[in-house]
Amino acid sequence: MEGDVLVGEQKIRNFNINFGPQHPAAHGVLRLVLELDGEIVERCDPHIGLLHRGTEKLMESRTYLQNLPYLDRLDYVAPMNQEHAWCLAIEKLTATPVPRRGQLIRVLYSEIGRILNHLLNVTTQAMDVGALTPPLWGFEEREKLMIFYERACGARLHSAYFRPGGVHQDLPEDLIADIAEWARAFPQVLDDIEILLTENRIFKQRNVDIAVVSQEECQALGFSGVMVRGSGIAWDLRRSQPYECYDEFDFRIPLGTNGDCYDRYLCRMHEMRESTKIILQAVEKLASCRGEEVLTRGKISPPRRAVMKTSMEALIHHFKLYTEGFHVPEGEVYAAVEAPKGEFGVYLVSDGTNKPYKVKLRAPGYPHLAAMHHVCKGHMLADISAALGSFDIVFGEVDR
Amino acid sequence: MDTALDELRETIALRQERALLATEVRYGELTLTVAPETIPAFVAHLRSDPSCRFTTLIDITAVDWPQREKRFDVVYHFLSMHLNQRVRVKAEVREDELVPSIVDEFPSADWYEREVFDMYGILFSGHPDLRRILTDYGFRGYPLRKDFPTTGYVEVRYDEEQKRVVYEPVKLTQEYRLFDFMSPWEGAEYILPGDEKKGA
Repeated sequence: MEGDVLVGEQKIRNFNINFGPQHPAAHGVLRLVLELDGEIVERCDPHIGLLHRGTEKLMESRTYLQNLPYLDRLDYVAPMNQEHAWCLAIEKLTATPVPRRGQLIRVLYSEIGRILNHLLNVTTQAMDVGALTPPLWGFEEREKLMIFYERACGARLHSAYFRPGGVHQDLPEDLIADIAEWARAFPQVLDDIEILLTENRIFKQRNVDIAVVSQEECQALGFSGVMVRGSGIAWDLRRSQPYECYDEFDFRIPLGTNGDCYDRYLCRMHEMRESTKIILQAVEKLASCRGEEVLTRGKISPPRRAVMKTSMEALIHHFKLYTEGFHVPEGEVYAAVEAPKGEFGVYLVSDGTNKPYKVKLRAPGYPHLAAMHHVCKGHMLADISAALGSFDIVFGEVDR
Repeated sequence: MDTALDELRETIALRQERALLATEVRYGELTLTVAPETIPAFVAHLRSDPSCRFTTLIDITAVDWPQREKRFDVVYHFLSMHLNQRVRVKAEVREDELVPSIVDEFPSADWYEREVFDMYGILFSGHPDLRRILTDYGFRGYPLRKDFPTTGYVEVRYDEEQKRVVYEPVKLTQEYRLFDFMSPWEGAEYILPGDEKKGA
């Protein structure tokens, strides 16, 4: 439009549109108010909270154990990773050790959660930019993983499997064997999905150089997880602030260079391969501690069933644990895990009773979404959905 | 790790002597207490000082202590990817007090401060766009304050006659149940029926 003089009559007013709250590419209930100059986005104002359920308020009136299932309902794409942060916070306050087998099972299921999340994200992001096959292939694998969830804890989604002090039940041997078998076959599926996407001309046109964030921006905007790694910052809590027994595992942290949607896609694809490696190592390590305890038996966990049949004290303990709940010493802690989307943290203030005084759930998607305006300004309207998909937003955790 | 944390505490205490009210290392975490009006300068120091470089703002939240004179704690969490350390900054705030915004220092504070305003009603001065964020359009009250009931005050339903969503005072078919499971021998004060004169 250079050299084009706009006189009063010709002046064109910017166009405001609503993107969502029921847009399929909004990945849930996001309402974006967009101001468009032609097809160029001038302003992007996300309106969130349409899925706000007041989790943090509800948690203040329930016991620590009753609160655990709320964590599943945050990022419902990878539920166990959230539970993990909650358990870590309680364990930090109560100084509870986790038995080795419990730790290994946690690592195993955290990595399954990571693959669950990345499969959904990568493939639906591809759908947002026009490819229909990847989600069909990806969801087939997700289904298998969901069944592993179900076989471990009885629920496909809202598992409530991680408990303060370990995990609820030991895994059956045939389940571990099936997970190993699946993990050995999975890289082939990833190769197939990569054939569909990685060198796909349309996919690259839609993703390369879209929503670029520099390293400085990443820090200023409070990004974490794949969002910083895509820009080349080597930061992964599993490596830099190891929790559980992640320091024993051999895995690599993929980094991007350009910080665009395409690099983040490549990072996620690579992370799934690394997670598969961790799963296989965990399976191997689990074989060496077969039959060991998976939960620290103490004040904050239930006694064994067999003991309850004969011991009155154990029976009373069981009853008190599931009614009154356990008491957590006074204090405040912040516990974070590397959830698939980034740093998921729990800030827990305890006043020494059986209920948390205050809980703040730090969702990784929240700062990512907050940066929408900054990142999307000047992009085309169609790039919004590519960027949004690549930010990996799930409204369960953003709105809480 | 704890020695590194103590060193960090010493360094910050030395350089920001006047701003700091208290420091504490507990559960392996460093907490720094400052006065609300010094927050922007203090966090700017944390961000740019070469021995700190807390360049990532992790979270801002508040804690409500209704019985206290300064009712709220505003809590900031920072992360330094360079030092691999975390720090918590706390400030006690009265209900009617303004907290200076740190949006200029950390752009990501924008939504966090909006959320604190939305949930606790704490006002941030200098914030460019302090709107409610998580609650409904036109919501009243501050849900995370301790005196706000968990059930809320209003409920919504779609009205077939008016063809729109209507707001009504909340009606519960059953009282909101809050069981007190505290042990009778640990804290809870039960009055035995017929035993009211015990103390007299």
